[in-house]
Amino acid sequence: MSVPAGLQEIADDFAALGNNDRLQLLLDFSRELPALPQRYADHPQLLEPVPECQSPIFLLTEVAGTGPEAVVRLYFSAPEEAPTTRGFAGILHEGLDGLSAEEVLAVPPDFPLRLSLESAVSPLRLRGMSGMLARIQRQVREKSTATTA
Amino acid sequence: MTAPRSTSSSPASSAAGSPEPDPVDSQPNATPTDSDPKIAEYAHPRRLVGTEWLAKHLDDPTVKVVESDEDVLLYDTGHIPGAVKVDWHTELNDPVTRDYLDSAAFAKLMSDKGIGRDDTIVVYGDKSNWWAAYALWVFSLFGHADVRLLDGGRAKWQAEGRELTTEQPEVEPTEYPVVQRDDSAIRAFRSDVEAHLVKKAPLIDVRSPQEYTGERTHMPDYPEEGALRGGHIPGAQSVPWAKAANDDGTFKSRSELAALYSDEKGLAPGDDVIAYCRIGERSSHTWFVLSHLLGFERVRNYDGSWTEWGNAVRVPIVTGDEPGDPAAARR
Repeated sequence: MSVPAGLQEIADDFAALGNNDRLQLLLDFSRELPALPQRYADHPQLLEPVPECQSPIFLLTEVAGTGPEAVVRLYFSAPEEAPTTRGFAGILHEGLDGLSAEEVLAVPPDFPLRLSLESAVSPLRLRGMSGMLARIQRQVREKSTATTA
Repeated sequence: MTAPRSTSSSPASSAAGSPEPDPVDSQPNATPTDSDPKIAEYAHPRRLVGTEWLAKHLDDPTVKVVESDEDVLLYDTGHIPGAVKVDWHTELNDPVTRDYLDSAAFAKLMSDKGIGRDDTIVVYGDKSNWWAAYALWVFSLFGHADVRLLDGGRAKWQAEGRELTTEQPEVEPTEYPVVQRDDSAIRAFRSDVEAHLVKKAPLIDVRSPQEYTGERTHMPDYPEEGALRGGHIPGAQSVPWAKAANDDGTFKSRSELAALYSDEKGLAPGDDVIAYCRIGERSSHTWFVLSHLLGFERVRNYDGSWTEWGNAVRVPIVTGDEPGDPAAARR
């Protein structure tokens, strides 16, 4: 298990801040979360819901090919009224989008607890991010090991 | 209670015309009541203000606006001008004990937010004011006299196109006194609920029907906050909190609320009522309705709620649609 460099950098950025600035940084991630591409915006049923989050969020991974080197793309849909959930998605997008399946699967499940956000956001809310990560990894595991029909 | 009582036959119904005086009325400050006719009908009209009233009082130095949301970042995306944020997870709960903050911590919180003991607090929030009602209830544990809710909360303010800002208000710390928290009047613990069962006194379960019957152990979108067993406290009647709210998040009118709780469920203003949900936030909403909008004199919120009761050892539960017999549960 290891944290990819980009994701670790995000964790380091949060660690260097006080609680108020951590919330502002999380808000930045929520604002930077890319909108769904049209092909998914038109077909929201293709996305997987993440019920661990307190607010509705849906996610989808694309894995190009199979095997550990296959490139992973991440897509999220979450409403503007759920900035914390969007922020979690934004962190995962920034830190994992475009990495290999192997790198995405190597992220330890407790990564959300390494973001120094427990006191600013609360551990209960961070469980939502753990739920997103677990679902991303499950999808990537399934898709990267799938045998082509 | 198994059969709904008619309110007119209840001796307690005489209290309907002369409800217990609200603390806010015994220590009146200069902040006026919202004279909106719908609000004027409620038992304690000083406890609720409309968006129009708030817009007119934003510059009043004794009116302090507090936003309290489920989402810890929502305030930061834009809030009512001058409003401060109070977060239920990180600011109202004790980080170690499953309890609310203590007297010293409350005084510091109020001071840090620029709120004085005599100020009028108006709380608003997301999700039809769940967390706002919860904050109001916690403030009431400390006897803050004048704390009100914004009818319709954040969503209504926003829907009306009223101003939101990301500008942080300038906060002048106050000398908020350290006051003893008094849990006895409006908070119920597990032992209080057990005593309530013995008396067969009314309990209101405000969760979704699926949580009440035991089909689900959690709210549809909140699977991490469940309990080991599904069902309800023996004898509890189901009145989902949302029945008290209109689609826009505002409270229903007094007569609609009376029809719901008194005519339909047989509750009378003199009854000793305990409300509960999953962790006490949705039941704060119902507590507010019963206490302040309908003027019930003795309503307590069981904040341990289903996450405690549903997991507690040697505690009876009932599954299915029927309230069940609280006495049978003791055997």
